[in-house]
Amino acid sequence: MSEALLDVRNLSVDFHTARGTVHAVKNVSWSVNRGETLAILGESGSGKSVSASAVMNILDMPPAQIVGGEILFDGQDLLKISYETHRALNGKKIAMIFQDPLSHLNPVYTVGWQIVEMMTAHGRPADKARQRALELIGRVGIADPEQALHKYPHQFSGGQRQRLMIAMALMLKPDILIADEPTTALDVTIQAEVLALLKELQLETGMAMVLITHDLGVVAEIADRVVVMSKGEIVEQGTPREVYHNAQHPYTRQLIGAAPGKGEIKLLEAAAPVLLETKKLCKTYGEFTALKDVSLVLHRGQTLAVVGESGSGKSTLARAILRLENPDSGEALWKGQDLIGMNARELLGVRRQIQMVFQDPTQSLNPRMSVYQLISEGWDIHPIMPDHAQRRERVAELLLQVGLEPDHAQRYPHQFSGGQRQRIAIARALALEPELIICDEAVSALDVSIQAQVIALLEEVRARLGISFLFIAHDLGVVRDFADTVIVMKAGEIVERGATRQIFEAPQHDYTRRLLAANLDPDPDIQAQRRLAGAHP
Amino acid sequence: MIKLIGQRAIASLLSLLGLMVLVFFLSRLTGDPAVLFLPIDATEAMKANFRALHGLDAPLFEQFGRYVWDLLQFDFGQSLRKARPAIDVVMEAYAWTLPLALITLSLVVVAAIVLGSLAAFKIGGFFDRMVSIISLIGASAPDFWVAIVAIVVFSINLGWLPTSGVGTPLHWVLPIAVLFIRPFGLIVQVVRGSMLSALSAAYVKTARAKGVKNLPIIFVHTLRNAMLPVITVIGDQAAAMLNGAVIVETIFGFPGIGKLMIDSILQRDFNVVLAAIMVTAVAIFIMNMLIDIAYGLLDPRIRH
Repeated sequence: MSEALLDVRNLSVDFHTARGTVHAVKNVSWSVNRGETLAILGESGSGKSVSASAVMNILDMPPAQIVGGEILFDGQDLLKISYETHRALNGKKIAMIFQDPLSHLNPVYTVGWQIVEMMTAHGRPADKARQRALELIGRVGIADPEQALHKYPHQFSGGQRQRLMIAMALMLKPDILIADEPTTALDVTIQAEVLALLKELQLETGMAMVLITHDLGVVAEIADRVVVMSKGEIVEQGTPREVYHNAQHPYTRQLIGAAPGKGEIKLLEAAAPVLLETKKLCKTYGEFTALKDVSLVLHRGQTLAVVGESGSGKSTLARAILRLENPDSGEALWKGQDLIGMNARELLGVRRQIQMVFQDPTQSLNPRMSVYQLISEGWDIHPIMPDHAQRRERVAELLLQVGLEPDHAQRYPHQFSGGQRQRIAIARALALEPELIICDEAVSALDVSIQAQVIALLEEVRARLGISFLFIAHDLGVVRDFADTVIVMKAGEIVERGATRQIFEAPQHDYTRRLLAANLDPDPDIQAQRRLAGAHP
Repeated sequence: MIKLIGQRAIASLLSLLGLMVLVFFLSRLTGDPAVLFLPIDATEAMKANFRALHGLDAPLFEQFGRYVWDLLQFDFGQSLRKARPAIDVVMEAYAWTLPLALITLSLVVVAAIVLGSLAAFKIGGFFDRMVSIISLIGASAPDFWVAIVAIVVFSINLGWLPTSGVGTPLHWVLPIAVLFIRPFGLIVQVVRGSMLSALSAAYVKTARAKGVKNLPIIFVHTLRNAMLPVITVIGDQAAAMLNGAVIVETIFGFPGIGKLMIDSILQRDFNVVLAAIMVTAVAIFIMNMLIDIAYGLLDPRIRH
C-alpha cells in the first residue's frame, strides 16, 4: 500500500465561508505511481482540485482548513512537514500546471525569467538554468527558444503558453506533475497536441501525472486510472474502461449519459422560408482578417451551427449580424431586408427579433439587477408589454418555461448556479419574443450535465416556439446533438458547410477532418482505436 | 515606448500653451492690469506710467504676442517687490522646494511600499492592523496642527530641533517629517489594497507551486503588478508637493515655492505669481511624463 509514490489518505478539507462551513472534500484517498497517469474527474464544485492543492500546499488557509488525513510522499507526511521543507519540494519534486496559462504566468516578466526562476529559486546557478530552459522550450515545440526567452506571456498563443508552462514545470525533472484542467481553455486541435506532448514527456521522464479534468474525453485519451468525484467524495474509481462501461454509481452514469455527441443525428427537416442570409461578409481589423466572404443561409425554425477554433471569426460573424460591428463589405438580409444599410430606427425593430445569449452569464447579467429587472428591461425599450401588471405574470411564465421558479424573480444573479444563470439569460432573450437567438458559446462554460439540460431547453424552445438558432460553438459533440446544418470556419472563411449528418459522417475538407479527429470521444475504446488508426496528430 | 513618450511630450507642450493663454486672459479679464499689478496705494499717474511702460495701451493681440514672445525667452518681467527678474526669484525658491519634495517623496514611497506590502501579505494580523491605524491617523491628521504640535514638542519642550528657518540639516527634519505623514497614510492604503488583490492572482499560485520563497513572491512577483495603481497616486502626491507646501513652508519659515506664492499673492507681485505658475506647471508636466515612463517600464503590455 505504501509503495505508491504519492499517497493521499482519508483527506478531509473544510472551507469556512460567510455562509457556514463547507466540507470541500471528505475522506478522499487516491494514490499515483511512477509512470502512471491518474485522472481526477468531476464537475465544478466537486472538490476535484482541492486535494491536489493540498498536496502543493497552495490552499488559501483560511478559508480552507485541513481537518484530517495524510499525504504521504517519499515516506513523509506532507501535512506535517514545515512550510520551508514543503516549499523546497514544490517545483523540485512535485510540479504543477494550471488551466489558464495566461493568468497563471506573471504578465510583467519575460517567460525566460519565469522559467529560469524555477531553478534559481531552488539554488541552481542561473547559467545552467538558462541552458536547461532553452533545451526544454525547444523540446515542448516552441520555435526559436532563444527569442522566446525574451518575450512576455501576452506575446504567445494559448497553446504556446501552456507548452511554456509545461517546460517550466519540467525544469527540475519532478517526480510528479499535477495538471489542473491543462487543456480546458484550449482549442480541440491544440488540446490534442498538448495531451500528446504530456504523454511523450511522461514516457521520457517516467514521472507520475495527476490530471484534474471535467472532460471524459481527456480521461479516455490519457488516463491509466480515474477517480470520479462528486460533492467532495470519491464515488467511483477504476480504469477508464471499467468506469465508462460499468459505472456503478448513479452520478457517474449520469455524467457519462450527459456526454454530448452520442445521440441520433437529426435529419434535416423540409426546407422552411429563409430567415437570415448573408452574402460575402468581410471584416478586417488592420492586418487581421476576421471575416472573408462569409455567406450563409438560415431557415426559419432551424439551427445553424458555426464551428471553429478561437480566432476563426465566429464571434465577429455574430456581431456583424447584430450590427454591433459594421462589416467592411457584403450583405446581410433579414427576411429579405438589408441589415447593413438600416438606419437606427429600423434597426431597433429588428434588434428585438434577434436576441443573443452569451458565453458567460456571470458577466453578461448585471449583478445589481434582480431577475425581474433583467428579464423585463427589454420591455422598456421595445413596446410589446406596456402593462406593468402583465409584466409580473409574464416574467413568472418565462421563468417556469426555462425551468426556474416564479419567486426567483426577486433574487439576484449571484444567488444562482452557472446553469441557472444561463437559464435566466435565455428567459431574458425569450422575453422579447425573438425569431432568432444567437448563442455565442452559450453552453461552453457549463458542466456537462448542466450543458445537456440547457441544450434540451433550447431544443424545446425551438420546437415549441419555432425560434431559429445561430449556434456558435467549438464543442463538436454539442453541435452534433443540436444543429440542423453546420458551417465550419477557419481564419475568417467558411471551409465547409452542410447538413449535420454530412459534416460528421462524411467531412470533405481537411480541416473539418482534423477537427473531428482531435475531438476526444468519452469512450476509451473509441479513443484507443483512433490512436491506433493514427487519426491522431 | 519612445513614440509614447514623444506623444506625451507633445501633448504636454500643447497643455502648457493652453495654460499660457489661460493665464494671460484671466489676468486681463479680472480688470485693468494696472490696478491688478500695481500696489493698492498707487496713484493715477503711476498707473498711466505703468500702462505705457508695459505696453498695456497697445491692442490686445499685440499685447498677447509680446507676452508669448517674452515667455518663450523665460522673461517673466521684474518682481515688483524685489526689483529682480521674477524668474530668478522663483527659481531660487524652487531650489528649496525641489529637494524638500524629492526627499520626502522618496521616504514616503519606500516606507509605504514596504509596510503596505507586508501588511497585505499577513492580512488581518497584528502588523496589518498597526499599519492600518497609523495610515488612517496619517491620512486624516491636519498638517497645520501636526506642524504646530511638532514644534511645541521637539523644538520648544525637548529643544532637539530648530523651530523654523533653514541653514543646517536639522532644519529639514521637521518639515520633511510633517510633509511625510499625509501622503504616507494615503499611499500605504493604496499599496495594501492593490497588493491584496494582486496576491490573490493566479500567477502567485504558480510561484508558490514553483517553490519560490515568500519575500520574492511579495516583492518580485506581486509588487511590480500591484504598482500600477500606486504609481498614479504617487503622481498625484508628487504634483501636490511640487506645488509647494503652502502651510508647512509658512509655519516653518521655509523659503520654498509655496511660501513665495502665498507671499506674492498677498503682496500683489503678479509677475512672480505668473512665473511660479508656469514653473510649477512645467515641473508637473515633467512629473507626469516620468509617471508614464514608469508605467511603460513596469508593464510590458503598455510598452508593446
